[in-house]
Amino acid sequence: MLKLPIYLDNNATTPVDPRVLETMLPYFTNHFGNAASRNHPFGWEAEEAVDYAREQVAQLVGCDAKEIIFTSGATEADNLALKGVFEMYASKGNHIITVTTEHKAVLDTCKHIEKLGGEVTYLDVEEDGLLDLSKLEAAIKPSTILIAVMYANNEIGVVQPVKEISAIAKKHGILFFTDATQAVGKIPVDVMKDGIDLMAFSAHKMYGPKGVGALYVRRKNPRVKVTAQIDGGGHERGMRSGTLNVPGIVGFGKACELCRLEMEENTKRITVLRNKLENELLQLEESYLNGNKEQRLPHVSNISFKYVEGEGLMMGFNKNIAVSSGSACTSASLEPSYVLKALGLGDDLAHSSLRFGLSRFTTEEEIDYTIQAVRETVLKLREMSPLWEMHKDGIDLTTVEWAHH
Amino acid sequence: MAYSDKVIDHYSNPKNVGTLDKSSKSVGTGLVGAPECGDVMRLQIEVDDTTGVIKDAKFKTFGCGSAIASSSLATEWLKGKSVDEAGKIDNMDIVEELNLPPVKIHCSVLAEDAIKAAINDYRKKNGLEEMTFDEKRVH
Repeated sequence: MLKLPIYLDNNATTPVDPRVLETMLPYFTNHFGNAASRNHPFGWEAEEAVDYAREQVAQLVGCDAKEIIFTSGATEADNLALKGVFEMYASKGNHIITVTTEHKAVLDTCKHIEKLGGEVTYLDVEEDGLLDLSKLEAAIKPSTILIAVMYANNEIGVVQPVKEISAIAKKHGILFFTDATQAVGKIPVDVMKDGIDLMAFSAHKMYGPKGVGALYVRRKNPRVKVTAQIDGGGHERGMRSGTLNVPGIVGFGKACELCRLEMEENTKRITVLRNKLENELLQLEESYLNGNKEQRLPHVSNISFKYVEGEGLMMGFNKNIAVSSGSACTSASLEPSYVLKALGLGDDLAHSSLRFGLSRFTTEEEIDYTIQAVRETVLKLREMSPLWEMHKDGIDLTTVEWAHH
Repeated sequence: MAYSDKVIDHYSNPKNVGTLDKSSKSVGTGLVGAPECGDVMRLQIEVDDTTGVIKDAKFKTFGCGSAIASSSLATEWLKGKSVDEAGKIDNMDIVEELNLPPVKIHCSVLAEDAIKAAINDYRKKNGLEEMTFDEKRVH
């Protein structure tokens, strides 16, 4: 039986897997101890649980448990990586290279660093959302201390050439940080093979709880250090003070373990569903896939339906289907998605986009329902769209003098 | 953000979607907004030449639900009004009727602009002086 509403906004957040929740529950009640309490069984239990979870997290991304710093989420991990490196390596230089399609947690942190005297280069991406490596190498200066490029994009799902980027960073003796929030748990991420020095990720994008994430900080070749941004009891090897969120961390660990064990199978199934959804919707005239079709996450599809507006489109089915849009109307800023604009999409196509994000819980029935609902709404709204009529009459909309307001 | 029932109703069952003959002397067309801004409204009125009463009104809108609802409501209000009366429709009346939240007020302004543009198109076609309206700023 199809259960409504259908959740296809899994790049925003995922539901907690029931198996994850079950693992967490005892740590709210029976095992409530503070992991930093060294002198009684309550503390020992909590510490043991955290150690175990740290191993589970480390295993998923191929690092040593000691290299995992638990945080409140990816935003904090992004802040710690960028500000922490900027501060720690100030004597070496002040230049950071990043890209325009990063998450705001990276971009706004970089803006803050600029105010502190840092210099930041924001590289444009190509039309498919990927970074041109020659542009990256050309941007490197003697003062460059860090390259910050996301692993996979949250809006269009494109996966950056991380191995190549890290090779360039290594060649120039620069640290490489990646925000891998959307990638970890969805595709194989291995900090050793990928040559990553610092990496931010979060539990709630991979069927874990909200409010917990991690920063991977490399300990060997090279040994990387970050200046703490939250001072206090010296938790997490002094890099992040604050009583550990034990139930959250336990859930994060379990979520990582499940992703590691089930990724291959999940990916296979989700890719089939995603492709079905995408292929069916791209059958509609004047609909376009945003971002590189090959180098991307298996569970995301971002499509623009030209001549209909994204929020208006979502309204046709958002009681029953949850997706998100790059339309300005969905944000407070009245600006359409900066990620889609960075691909060179006109504002009109950015306004017309929908992002579909599938999960391990998505069913074929849900996809079939979605295909039909989206298709019907697009057709209905196009009948209502003056732009569609003009397009059908052969009018080139770029030649129309619009009354901009 | 939740939509008001009236917005949902107009969105689900829009009134007067369609196209009138733009070349007809008794039809006035207003096209306002821009694709880059995420909303374009086209509102048309057909005026009875003898009585000066708007006998038909049609719209097509590219935009969010509130923009569609604003234009649908506008066409309902226009029918049966004289051209002069139509010119007095204020965007705040639309805001009130549809319960639009502050971020959607620009949709109602766009509808008011579309009405005025349609009126002036009609007047121009019929050798009448265009009406001047106070500028409303949106966005």
